[in-house]
Amino acid sequence: MQEKVHVSGGTALSEQDVHSGEIFMTEDSLDCAFAWDTGVAINRYLTELKNGRIIATECRHCNRIMLPPRLFCELCFKPSSGWVYINDTGVVNTFSICHVHWDASRIKEGEKPYLPAVIEIDGASAGMGIMQLLGEVEPEKIKFGMKVKAVWKPENERTGSITDIKYFKPI
Amino acid sequence: MRKVAIVGAGMTKFVRRALETPKELAYEATKTALDSCDLRLEDIDCVAHGSAPDAFDGIHQKGEYLADGCGGWNKPTMRVYVGGGTGVHAIIHGWHHIASGMFDTCLVVCEEKMSSAMPHAQGFFLTIFDAITERSLHPNLLWIFALEMNRYMQRYGYTKEDMALVAVNNKRNGLKNPASQFKDEVTVEDVLNSEIMAYPVSRLDVSPVSDGAAAIVLAAEPVARRLTDKPIWIEGVGWTLDTAYWGTRDLYYPRYLDKAARMAYEMAGIREPAKQINIAEPYDPFGYKALHHMEGLQLSPRGKTVELLRDGHFALDGNLPMCPSGGLLGVGNPIAAAGTMKVCELFWQLRGEAGERQVPGNPRLGVAQAWGDLMQVSSVVVVGN
Amino acid sequence: MAILERITRNIDNRFWDPGSEAFPVKNRYTAGMAGQRFFKEIKENGKIFGSKCQSCKITYVPARIYCERCFERLEEWVDVGTEGTIYSFTVVYKTKSGKPKESPSIIVAVKIADGLLIHRLNGCSVEDIQIGMPVKAEFKPKAERRGGIEDIKYFKPL
Repeated sequence: MQEKVHVSGGTALSEQDVHSGEIFMTEDSLDCAFAWDTGVAINRYLTELKNGRIIATECRHCNRIMLPPRLFCELCFKPSSGWVYINDTGVVNTFSICHVHWDASRIKEGEKPYLPAVIEIDGASAGMGIMQLLGEVEPEKIKFGMKVKAVWKPENERTGSITDIKYFKPI
Repeated sequence: MRKVAIVGAGMTKFVRRALETPKELAYEATKTALDSCDLRLEDIDCVAHGSAPDAFDGIHQKGEYLADGCGGWNKPTMRVYVGGGTGVHAIIHGWHHIASGMFDTCLVVCEEKMSSAMPHAQGFFLTIFDAITERSLHPNLLWIFALEMNRYMQRYGYTKEDMALVAVNNKRNGLKNPASQFKDEVTVEDVLNSEIMAYPVSRLDVSPVSDGAAAIVLAAEPVARRLTDKPIWIEGVGWTLDTAYWGTRDLYYPRYLDKAARMAYEMAGIREPAKQINIAEPYDPFGYKALHHMEGLQLSPRGKTVELLRDGHFALDGNLPMCPSGGLLGVGNPIAAAGTMKVCELFWQLRGEAGERQVPGNPRLGVAQAWGDLMQVSSVVVVGN
Repeated sequence: MAILERITRNIDNRFWDPGSEAFPVKNRYTAGMAGQRFFKEIKENGKIFGSKCQSCKITYVPARIYCERCFERLEEWVDVGTEGTIYSFTVVYKTKSGKPKESPSIIVAVKIADGLLIHRLNGCSVEDIQIGMPVKAEFKPKAERRGGIEDIKYFKPL
C-alpha cells in the first residue's frame, strides 16, 4: 500500500523573510479600550479596600468564607449569606520570581523582578487564595507558608483598587 | 450511542511563523486528512472546528472566517472553544455529532496562527485575568504557571532538574517528527541554563509560539468499516471545568482532570489505566504540566512521577511512552492545533504508521488530553484499535 | 444577602477603567500563499488575478489556493482584467468613532469574475452611483506599490 502523507504545508518564514519586503504583510491594532462594571460584590470589596479593610462573603451552606467576595457560592449555587470582615494578614501558598513583563520582554538589568504570590488571607476559608504581590523581601528569602501582612497605601492615595494594598510583606 | 472511529488524519508542519493564512493552514491539514482516507469533501456531513482565542490570529469571529478552510462551506459547522483544551475538546464535539446518530462523517479541524500577535502572543493573555481583582497587578501568563509549578514542586519535593527531564524527553521524541519546528536535542543542563522567565520556569521549560493546523476525519461504525481495515475507535471521552477562582484550587493536583479522566475511562471500560493504557499524550505546554497531567490521568501515582520518568518508564521504548509525538515541547504549540495533533499521533501510533517514532509492541490503547482556560478545563479522549 | 442586595442608584455603580493600561497590542497578517502571488501581480504588473475551479465553474477573486466547494487545489490562475461592475455600495457619512466626516465616502463591492473586491469609489457623485455600473481599478504609481490592497487607489466609473 502506498505510504500516506501525514504532514503538508506550514511554510516557515524567517526573521529575514519578514524584513525583506518580499513577504506581503499588513499590520493593524485595535485601538480600543474597555471599562468594566464592578458589580455588587466587587463594588463593596473595592470600597472597603479604600477604607483599609478586607471584606469577604460567607456561604453558610458550604461553611465557606469566600475571597474575593462574590454574590453567589459557585459550589452550591446559592446566594451568599452575608458579609464578613477578615484580616489583612495571611500565608504564602505559592510564589514566583518573574523576570519578564506582560509582553514577554525581559526586565532591565538591575530592575527588581515581580514577586507574584497566591496568599491565603487569615479569616477566609483554608485554600481561598488571592493573587497579590510580595514586597520588602529578598526573592531568595521567600518561603512557602511564610506569614505576611498587607502594606497599605496612605489613606489619601487609595482609590478603591486592589493596588490600594501596595504588597504583602513578611511578618 | 453509536461507535465512532477516526479514519483519517493530517496536519501542517508547526513553524514559528507561517507564510500561509489561517485559512490556508486549515486547508492544508484538512485536505491531508481527507486524502489520507480517500474521501472527498462531498462525503463529509458536518464540521467541528476549534481555535483558541481569536486574539492570536487577530480575527474576531474566527470560527466563521475559518469555516471554508475547514471544509465547512454549506455544511453544519460548529466551533468549540475552551482555551488550550480546545484541540481535544473539538474531537469530543465531533464525536457527539456522530455518536448521536445525527451524522455519519465529521471533519474535526483545529488551527492557530500565533505569529500574528505582536509584540508577543504573551501580551494577548492579559485579558484572561480578572479585570478588576487581578489585572492591575500587571500579571502575565507565566505567573500562573510559575505559581502552579512552584506549588507542585514544593508539594512533592521535586527539583527544577526533575522538571527539566520532561523537556529533554519530549524534545528528543520530537526530533523524529517531520512536523516539528525544532532541530536540536537539548540536555538537562541546557534547560537549567536557559534564562529564567518566572522562577521556577526557565525558557526551555516552555513550549514555543507556533503556527499550524491539524485535522482528523471521524466516521460512524458502518462507514468506518467500509473505509478502512484499521479504524481507530474513540473508546471514551471526558471533560470537566473547575471554578474560575483559580487561587482557590489545590494547584498541585488537577482535580478537574481527575474527574474528566475517570469519566473517559469508565466509558471505555478501563479499570486500571496505568496498566491498560499503552501510550499517553498528556498536554505539555510546560515541562511540569506533563507530569502534573500524568498524575491527573491516573497514569502515575502522585509524587512518584519523576521516579518513573527517571527509570525510563515514560521513554519511547518504556512501559508507558509519554508524548511520543514530541508534544508541545517537541513539535510546537499552535494552541488548538497542538491538542488535535496529539490525537493524530495516537491514530498513527495505533495503526503502526508512526515511522521512526513508532512505539514498539503493537500498542492497543492510547489517551490524549488537553488543558486550558484559566487552568481549569481538561478534555480527555481514549482511543483504541 | 445577595438576592436582596442591589445597586439601586446609578451613582453608586462603579466601573474599572484601566486607563493607560489599555491593551497595547497589534497584529501582523501575512498575505498567505495565494495572497503572496495575488499582490505580486498587482504590485509589479498592475493586474488582478483570480483562480479558477474547472469542476465547480467558479473563478475566485481574489485568487485562493483551494475551492471551498469541492476542496480541490486551484492551480489555474487567470488574469481577470481590472474592470468590474458595482454589485452593491454604501455611502459613509461618519467616522469609525461616530463623528461626521468632512465629505462622504463611497464604499463599493465590485464584482470581478465570481468574486467581490471591497474598495472605495472615486470620480462619481453620490447621486449618480448605481448598482450594475461598470468601474475600473485605478492603481497607485508602480514605485509606491507595496503589495497590498491599498496598491489600488480606488475604483472609478468607466
